[in-house]
This record gives sequence, C-alpha cells and structure tokens, in this order.
Amino acid sequence: MPCFACIIVIYGLIKKVPVFDTFLKGAKEGIRLIYSIAPTIMGLIFAVDLLRSSGAMNQICTFVEPIAQAMGFPKEIVPMVLLRPISGSGSTALLTSIYQDCGPDSFAGRVASVIAGSSETTFYAIAMYFGSIRVKKIRHTLVAALAADFTAAVMSVITVRMFFGM
Amino acid sequence: MLNYIWSGLIIVSVVFAALLNNTSELSDALVNSGASSIQLLMTMAGIICLWSGIMKIAEESRLTQVISKAFAPLLKPLFSKLDKNSAAFRCITMNITANLLGLGNAATPFGLKAMSELHKLNNNSNTASNEMVIFVVMNTASLQILPTTIAAFRQSYKSNAPFEIMVPIWISSACALAVALIIACTFCKKQN
Repeated sequence: MPCFACIIVIYGLIKKVPVFDTFLKGAKEGIRLIYSIAPTIMGLIFAVDLLRSSGAMNQICTFVEPIAQAMGFPKEIVPMVLLRPISGSGSTALLTSIYQDCGPDSFAGRVASVIAGSSETTFYAIAMYFGSIRVKKIRHTLVAALAADFTAAVMSVITVRMFFGM
Repeated sequence: MLNYIWSGLIIVSVVFAALLNNTSELSDALVNSGASSIQLLMTMAGIICLWSGIMKIAEESRLTQVISKAFAPLLKPLFSKLDKNSAAFRCITMNITANLLGLGNAATPFGLKAMSELHKLNNNSNTASNEMVIFVVMNTASLQILPTTIAAFRQSYKSNAPFEIMVPIWISSACALAVALIIACTFCKKQN
C-alpha cells in the first residue's frame, strides 16, 4: 500500500501536478463521501448487531449445521460462512477464533482462510454502492452476489481438499 | 429490496430474543450499536479521505488513464454500452484495478464515483441499470492477486506457510466471479 501511494505522488511530481493542493481537494471529497454513506452504514450495523445479540444467528447456525456437514463442510466454519456476506468485522472476528481453536493450518483454518479471501461483505457492498445513489430497485444484484458467495464457500472446500489432500 | 431485508432482520431479531429470553442482550445491542458504527465510520473516514486525496493526484496526473487503458480491453465486453473514454468506464476500470491489487480502501471511492456516473447515464432513475448490476456484482466477488490481510492474520496465529492458501483463493474467487457474471448477464439479457 505505501509503495502504491508513493508511486502516485512521484508520478504526480513528474507530471508537474501541485500534489499537496490536489491531495487536499481529494480529501475534502472523501469527507463528503463519508457524510453521504454514514446513515446507511449505521442502519445496517444496527440490524446485524440485533441479529447477533438476539441469539437468532446462533439458531440459524444450528439449523444449517447438519446440511453443512453432509456437504463436507467443517462445522466450525458455519457461523463464519453465514456472517461473511453481512459483516466484515464480525466474520473477521470469527476467522481469528477459528485460527485460535483449530490452528491456521488445520482443515477448518484453511477453508476459512480461502472463504475469507474469495468472498466479500456482499450486503454491505450492495448497501453502500446503491445507497450512495439512492437506487432502491436493485433487480437481480443480490441473487447473483449471493450465488457468488455460495460458490466461493463450496469451492473453498474443494480447493483445500485438492491442494492439501485433506 | 433493502427495505425488506432491513426490516426483516429487525423483526426476526426481536422475535428470537423474545422466544429465547435474550431481551436484555438485545437492549444492550440497541444501545451499543450506534457507538460501534460511529467508531467504524471514523476509522473508515480516515482511510477514505487519505486515499481519495492520493487518488486525486493519480487522477490529475492522468495516471488513472494509463492504468485503466491496460485493463480496458478485458472489461469492455462486460460494459458494451459504455463509451470507453467516459468517466464511468474509467472509474470502473480503476476500481477493479485497485481491487485486484488488494487496495480495497482505494477502490471504494472509485466505485462510488462510478455508481454516481452510471446513475447520471441512467437518467437518475431509481431502478438499477445493467451496468450497475454487473459492476456491483464484480465488486462483491473480490478477485485479489495478493491476499495480504488473510496472510497477515495467518502469520499472527503462527501458520507454517501464511501464503499457501493463495492459489486456492484465486481458483475459488475466479469461480465465484464467473458464476456471478453468468447469472447477472443472463438476467440482464432476459429483461432487455
């Protein structure tokens, strides 16, 4: 990351751009951006916090667990898979707890790593991008994005088996 | 859509809390969630301001155009309706370039700019255009060359080979991206 920033600044100097003034102009746009997405993010975090604290998330997990095991999913990662599309910091917290319990080089640890690396916080991204322009009818975005998350989860088990023969 | 998801989440939570006797936890969350979201926003604000400042330099020195030209031929088929010199297409290529390099925070400002440009091209309608759907879906599939964050976590928990999951991540996210694009493009064609 710092290299990337440095290259941009040097390139700007070569092209004779007033780099600091330009930086300030951009940073000001950044503030405006945060201002416009803040309500969306607050609203969504609120809903996810409620879901987690009410115990609903745990209930959903126990319900899905048998299905997951039938598909060859390690049961330790079920909560993370379910939380992944909804909350980035929440699923990161679960990822580190899997590392702590099973170790990063265990089957569950590897599968969890691949899932974390190959999927996104879908709901958050959709809410942010469409929320910023106040578009409500998002058509088939959610279906396609959730299909991608599901594929990533299935493929992570397959690839980990393939590469590490576990 | 989000109206239903959001209210659904809240209703489900309250019902479950009542059934499971978790009402006190629920009211704690009710109080604390505001504070935690502001905390997240403050962290994000710092990163986003910094990167939109840096990226402004890239924009004014025309570095963005250089990079996006390299990626444009790959992305053009997906956004056939956009002019390849338009601001919208430039922001899309920059967003996807930054995502590939693992600069998620640098990618977000471009993504938001791309959405507002696409919104203008869509006559400010409140229905998403095909381009918006394809773009957001590509963003949710998270294709990344170097999964540095995950590797850093693995390292901190004493993994023997933090980067060993790199190739599986490539394969897995490429498959996810392919599935997402196939679904998005099929639906887009059907509704036109």
